[in-house]
Order: sequence, then structure tokens, then C-alpha cells
Amino acid sequence: MNTLNTNALKTIKLIALFFIATLTITSCSDDDYDHDHDHEEELITTVTYTLANGNDVVTLKFTDLTGESTDDATYEVSGPLMANTTYTGVLKLENETESPAEDITEEIKAEDDEHEFFYASSVTGLSINKTDTDGNGNPVGIETSLTTGAAGSGSITIILKHEPSKPNGGTSANAGGSTDLEVTFTISVQ
Amino acid sequence: MTKLFLCCAFLCTFCTLTIAQDCNYTFTGKVTDFHDNSSIIGASLHIENSNKYTATDTSGNFKFENLCEGKYSVEIKHVACDTKRITINIVKNSYKEIYLEHHLNELNEVIVKTNTKTEKTSVEQVLKKDIIDNFTDKSIGDALNTLSGVSSLNTGNTIVKPMIHGLHSSRLLIINNNVRMFDQEWGDEHAPNIDINASNRITVVKGANTLKFGSDAIGGLILIKPKKYAIKDSIFGSTITSFNTNGLGGNINSEIVKTYASGFFGKFQLNYKQLGDFNTPNYNLTNTGLKNSNASFTTGYNSYQKGFTFFYSYVDNEIGILQSSHIGNVNDLVNAINNKEPSVKEKFSYAIDVPKQKIVHHLAKLEAYKRFKGLGKLSVQYDFQINRRQEFDLRRGDRKNTPVIDLRLFTNSLQTDLEIDAFSDFKIHTGALIRYQQNNAISGTGTSPLIPDFDKYDAGIYVVANYNLNDTSELSAGIRYDFSKIDARKSYAVSEWQETYNYDELFPEFETGNIEGTTIFTNPNFVFHNTSASLGYSKVFENNMSLFVNYGLASRIPNPSELFSSGLHHSAARIETGLLNLDKEIANKFIVSLEKNNEHFGFTISPYFKSIQGFIQLIPVGITTTIRGAFPVWEYQQTNAQIFGVDIDVNKKVTEKISYQGTISLLKGTNLKEHTPLIHMPSTNFNNSITYRNVALKQLTIRLENRTVLQQNQYPDYNFNTFNAIQQKDVFVDISTTPPGYSLFNFSSSAVFKPFKKGDLKLEFNIDNLLNVSYRENLNRLRYFADELGRNFNIKLKINY
Repeated sequence: MNTLNTNALKTIKLIALFFIATLTITSCSDDDYDHDHDHEEELITTVTYTLANGNDVVTLKFTDLTGESTDDATYEVSGPLMANTTYTGVLKLENETESPAEDITEEIKAEDDEHEFFYASSVTGLSINKTDTDGNGNPVGIETSLTTGAAGSGSITIILKHEPSKPNGGTSANAGGSTDLEVTFTISVQ
Repeated sequence: MTKLFLCCAFLCTFCTLTIAQDCNYTFTGKVTDFHDNSSIIGASLHIENSNKYTATDTSGNFKFENLCEGKYSVEIKHVACDTKRITINIVKNSYKEIYLEHHLNELNEVIVKTNTKTEKTSVEQVLKKDIIDNFTDKSIGDALNTLSGVSSLNTGNTIVKPMIHGLHSSRLLIINNNVRMFDQEWGDEHAPNIDINASNRITVVKGANTLKFGSDAIGGLILIKPKKYAIKDSIFGSTITSFNTNGLGGNINSEIVKTYASGFFGKFQLNYKQLGDFNTPNYNLTNTGLKNSNASFTTGYNSYQKGFTFFYSYVDNEIGILQSSHIGNVNDLVNAINNKEPSVKEKFSYAIDVPKQKIVHHLAKLEAYKRFKGLGKLSVQYDFQINRRQEFDLRRGDRKNTPVIDLRLFTNSLQTDLEIDAFSDFKIHTGALIRYQQNNAISGTGTSPLIPDFDKYDAGIYVVANYNLNDTSELSAGIRYDFSKIDARKSYAVSEWQETYNYDELFPEFETGNIEGTTIFTNPNFVFHNTSASLGYSKVFENNMSLFVNYGLASRIPNPSELFSSGLHHSAARIETGLLNLDKEIANKFIVSLEKNNEHFGFTISPYFKSIQGFIQLIPVGITTTIRGAFPVWEYQQTNAQIFGVDIDVNKKVTEKISYQGTISLLKGTNLKEHTPLIHMPSTNFNNSITYRNVALKQLTIRLENRTVLQQNQYPDYNFNTFNAIQQKDVFVDISTTPPGYSLFNFSSSAVFKPFKKGDLKLEFNIDNLLNVSYRENLNRLRYFADELGRNFNIKLKINY
């Protein structure tokens, strides 16, 4: 009986010891701890849509370095587009919080079967066609051909979908997937 | 030679005995109850190998006369006690006090048939092992869902978070094997990391008798208990396997138990579950499979006076989340709602791709108790938990296999409990607790952590007293105090810290003075004092009726997700933000329960009312546009809330073999500040079932059940409009309108066979959603994307050996 008594007491003591030991161990591991944690690596901060027709080059550039609300974002449109003209468009996405800036277009090219850009414009007569394709022959949309009609003004919206269903009939609404990018530029056609 | 020696020895002994011829010693004494020092009347005493018998009188005294000098072995027996043997050496007239141990029951669960409530005044409901076994391949939340007043908040059909009276997450305490679970329970899509197969009995305490475990059980308490084994030499075990056609998978669970007459015991349990993509009546739910491996081990020693238990459990879950629910901005959500069906519907697969959760939970405890004469039982427990949660989302490039959320929560606590049961009509529970918790947002995710690094320190002390007013009524009262300190390290965007939330003026003491670019490093620090109390009354009437009345004061400090979370929540297409200036929630709860229980008819009617001050809820407060598009911003805000409702259970034996069971739960939650209904409240639902059971015929049981859930018409309207750049117009985002009600039929049948000498075999065949109904449930977070599950055929085989 007595031995069991001391056993129970021993167990209780052991429990207490355990607790103190863990406290000590955990408080010792503190140094790992106050370090600067991860920052957002997967940000897209900059979208540049370059439209070229010979020497006529128009760039649409979006920049938001915080990755949060676009209240502090900048939209730069270098100039108006010419009416009834066909431009060759190239899209470039970057993460400028990294140094040097990370080219995200390259990542998307490597996984072009899992990505697709969608373009939409409210300008009458303006159409954008995707000219590149992925390994399965479906459009990607990094390279485009933009044709303007009559003069006017409105917007161009660029959407990037991750894992859309491909092919999808060409509209982002039917494509599913998750939107990684959606920016709208105000433009004019002269 | 040996013979001669033995002969001599014998003679000598004989001599000593005959020399001490003086045979007129008396041996007197008293037999008392170990546990409350009361005299035991009518205990019989017998000197072994003699014809001397006696019994204790009304004061517990006994007397043996005309004893010779020598050693005697005395056997003491009493109906309600363990038989005891003592050895006594008589050299003169002797007196001895003998203690008998009274509560055989407590060690031997088999004998316990009557009152099994955690406390006599408690308002609670219980799931027993046979019901738990029905859910062997489901989750603990699914099993609890069968009780009135208990529902669940689901993410898909495998992440099931229990809700009591519409309250969930950190408003519920889940106590697993006497250890309070800390498994990052704050998140809506975080289900409890418990292997249902390791439990023997699950009690849901809806009332106020929860102070022993914490001050913050605003919703209630879920108590998961292992089995207590009889003290005898035995070895036994059981194996359950099951297979489901929906998900094309199942579960295998085995356990083996060894017990010894000395009081030692050991149990080992293993469980593996795997299912592939589930399906609705019309389509496959791509990426909804799961893989589960669990194990638990218990060993210990039990006797009346002392004992110890060591318990360890390991839970490893990998859960796929519907692929179509991974969406980007609010336009994606609108598309998903309008499309009525998930965008990705692929062929059946066991593969678990992103999005998915991977969770590992370790729980260990060491508990020891000792009973003290005339006082009670003192228990000391140390427990230890590690919860590692990894969430994987759709990512670009080589980050595919890197989790977006990787958190490790370490918790350990030391607690004591003293149960003073020495007084016949008065029982006191008192104890204290210290706990240390550390959250580590593991680096390497390439995202800013959802929950930051923090340390949390808790200390608590409580006293609960139960007083027997008379034979039929009992009163209980308790009070608890808790101290908590949270010490966190989190970085904010300078613009948010200074402008959006004005923290630089509200909490200048949190600033560390370290600002790098647009990031400010802070050290949020909070101290909370919590007081909670409970009052309970129970009365037993004639006709097997009893009444329970409970009042509870509970308070809960804001959890880390309410304080700190920030970021985009995929599948909800919203940005969720915690606030540092949240204060604690204080709840006053009242519950009454009228119960009748006899062989043929029983019912429970249990109305309740809760008033919660500073109720923290996540609600939309505005819209923000990011490079990904538009998102509503949901913020944790405080309001005053009240919830009232009633739970009704009825059971009736129609004939010897046919019985009826029904439950109904009604509830209304109101946001008193906005004068709107509370979000995510369960709607009126009822269950009716008819069971045929023929014990003589292989215990054949056939059961038909109907579960009907009405549409929730009481919901807050958080719908909004958002500009769609493609359509060049505003579109309506209907996130609030609730899905229509539904009615499901389930069929179950079982029979027990005895193909072996020892043990038996139970065979079950069940059909869930018998009519293959398509429906959506308001309390499923993925209800915007897909229907609930279609018909499922299930076969189970349980072997006891």
C-alpha cells in the first residue's frame, strides 16, 4: 500500500516537473521568434500592356506596390490609340517589391495551360484577339492583336484567370477558375 | 532429515501457541466508510479458519472475545463495499478502526446504470457508444448533429464544426479525455481534430455546469469520455470496417484492451479512413476526398484510493476542398452563384489536390488521483497539445507545394481538481489551472501569416458546490476566475495602422519603434480578467418527472483570429479583418429542462435564453478593390445579441418492438444593435424516426428516419452591388438569401450474429438520402458552389472479440 502511495505522489511530482521542463524549453526557444516573418511573395504589383504599330507605341501601366486596396494605385496611359489601326499587344506582369523585379509573365508562360487572360473593352469597334496558344492549342492572351474602329473613348479591362476551364468560349464568366488580376484602364481612340 | 526438521518446526509452533494459553483477549473496533468517515452498520466480520463471526452494530462497532495470542486474518464484508482482509497480531486486548471503500461503482462502469449526469443539476444530452459507432466513418460533428439544439457549420461535407444553440468556434469548449482542445478552433472552416472512434461517450452540456473546464462556454460544452474498464483480468477488442458508395471509401478501426485484476489497464486503438470525391445527385464534387490516420494509446492504474492514467492520441487529417470553391474576386463569386453548378466537374478520383487542409494534432496527458480519508479525491493533470495546420491553395510556379497557411499551436497546462465528498449532502469541486500557449506562424509560406506569433498565459481557479436540499432536490452553485495574457508580434501596413484603424492613437504602447518602408512592427499585448458563475437547481417529481433550472454567467476573451486576422479568404471572396479594440463577450444564460423518463414514454422540453453583451461577429462593412478585383471587407465587430429557443425530444414505445423518436429545435437570434437577425443561425429543424427492434431475432433493428430543415427566413441582408467591368454595369451579389428547406429520409438496419465462441459480429446496412434529394444547406460555407451529397449506401461490419 505504502509503495503505491509514494507512487502516486511520485507521479504528481513528475507531472509538475514535466510542466516546468516544458516551460523552460519553450521559453528558451524564443530566439527563433521575433524575426521578421514572410512578406507577400506572390504579389503582382505592375501590369504593363504595350501596344505597338510601327513607331506608334502606347503603354497602359498599372502599379500598386502595397498589394492591398487600389486606392493608392497609379494608372498611366501614355497616349491615345489611333482609330482604325491594328496594334500588336504584349502583356507584362511584374512583382516590383522584389529586387530585382520578378517577371511573373515568365511563370505564367511556364504554366500557360493553367492560365488565361481575358480582355474586354467598352469602346465601340475596339476588339482584342489573343494570338498565342498553349500546348493544347487553347488561347493564353499574353500576346494579342488589338484593332481599333472609329474614334471614341471608354475602358479596357484585363483579367487573368488561374485554372479556368479551357476551352471556355472566350468569356471570363464561363471560364470559372480564380481571378488573379483584374485591372481597368480608361483610354481614348482618336 | 527434512521431515524431521519440519516436524520440529511444527512442534515448536505448537508449543508457542500452547504456551500462550491465555485465551481471553478481546479485539474490538469500528468499521467506517473511507470516504466520509461514517459508521458502517451491519458489516460482517469473520476470523478466517475459525468459527468466530460478528457484525457491526448501529455505531459501526464490533467485538471479538476469547481470542488467544497470535496472528489472525480477518475478513470484513459489506453489501456496498469491497471485501477487505486485514491481519492482526493479538498480544493484548486490541482496538482497530477499519475503513471500507464504498464506491465500487465508480471503477466499474458496468454497474452504473442510473444517474450518469456529469452533475445532478446539469442540462445535458448524451451520445452513447452504439450511436457513436454509427458515425465511425463520419465526424464528431455529424454525430452531434443528431441531438436537438445541436447543429453544425460545415465547409463541404467533411469539415463539420459543431454548433450548440447557434454558437460555435471558441464559444464551445470541447473537452477530450479531460483535456480542453486547443486546435485553432477559432476558424469557421476548422473542424475539431478528434477521432470519433477513440471516444466512448459524448456529453453535450447545454446548461451552466461548465465551470470546471473554463469560463467561456457561452454556447456550451462537449465532453468526450473514454470508457472505464472493470478491474479484472481480461483481454478484449473490436474491429469496425465500413464502406460507402458515395465517395467509394470507408473506414477501418481496431482497438484492443487489456485489463488486470490488480487495477492496471491498457488500450491501443488504430483508425484509418479514406474516401474519394463525393457526389451530389447530379454531379461529382471534384477534390472533396479525404485521408485520415488516427491512433490512440491509454494506460493506467485504477484503484479506489489512487490511480493514474496516461493518454496519447494522434490525429492526422488531409482534407480536399471542392476545387470550384477556390475563386478570386466578387465577380467570380457572382458567376459561381449564377452558374448553379460547380465549374469543375471531373471524373471520380481519390487524389487530393489544392485547395486542401493538412492537420496533425498530438494530445498527451498524465493524470493522477488520490483519495484522502474523510476528505475526497485530489487529481492532478498535466496535458500537452501540438496542432499543426497547413492550408494549401492554388498558387503559381514552384510555390504549388508550399502551404499558404502554416501555423503551429502548442498548448500545455497543469491543473488540479479536489472533489470533497466527505459530507453526505454536500459536495464541493475546487481546483486551479495554469496554462501556457504558443502560436508559431511558421516561416516559408511566402505570405504574411493569417494569425501572428503569440504567447498566451492563463491561470484560473474555481469552486463549485452541490447541495442536497432533500431527497428529491439539489442545488449547485459555482464561481470561477480566470486571468489571461496575450503577447503577440504582428506587422501592419503603416497606412492601416495609422489611418484605417487609428491604432497609432489607440495603442501607441504596442509600437516597437521599428518601421521598415511601409511596414510597422508592433507588439500587441492584452490582459483580461474573467469572472464566471453558475447556479443550478434540480428536482425530481413523481411519475419519473424531473425539472432542471440553470443560470450561467460566462465571459470569453476575443480569440486570435478576431483580434489579428487579416487577408483574403478564398472561397468566401472576401477580405477578413480582425480588430485590436475588441473587448470580451459577456453572456447571461438561462435554461430550463423538464424531463420525463419511463420505459414507455419520455420527453425533454428545454427552453433557453441567452443575452450576450459584446457579441463578436464577422460582418461586411464595405468594398475594397485590389489588383485582383473587388472584394467585400468583413470585419469582426461587436454588438449585443440575444438568442432564445427551445429543444424538444420525445420518445415513445408503441409496441414491444416498435418505438418512435422525435426531436425539434427552434431558435431565434437577434442583433440588438442593428435590430436584425444574427447571421448563421440554424433554422427550425425536426427529426422523426420509427425503429423496429426484435431482440429475439438476432437483435434485428430496422429504422426509418426523416430529417426536415425549414428555410431560414430570419437572416440579415448583407447583399450588395458591385461594378462588373466586363459587363460595364453594377451586378447584384446575393450572398444572404438562404436556400430553400429540405426533407431527407435515411434508412438503417442491423443484426447481431454469434459465429464465434466468444464475442459477436454486427452487420449493418444503411442508406443516407434515400430519395436522392438535391438540396443546399444554409450552414454550409460552400453552399454558393455546389449541392449537398446524394444517396449513399453504407455497409458496416463490427466484430467484438
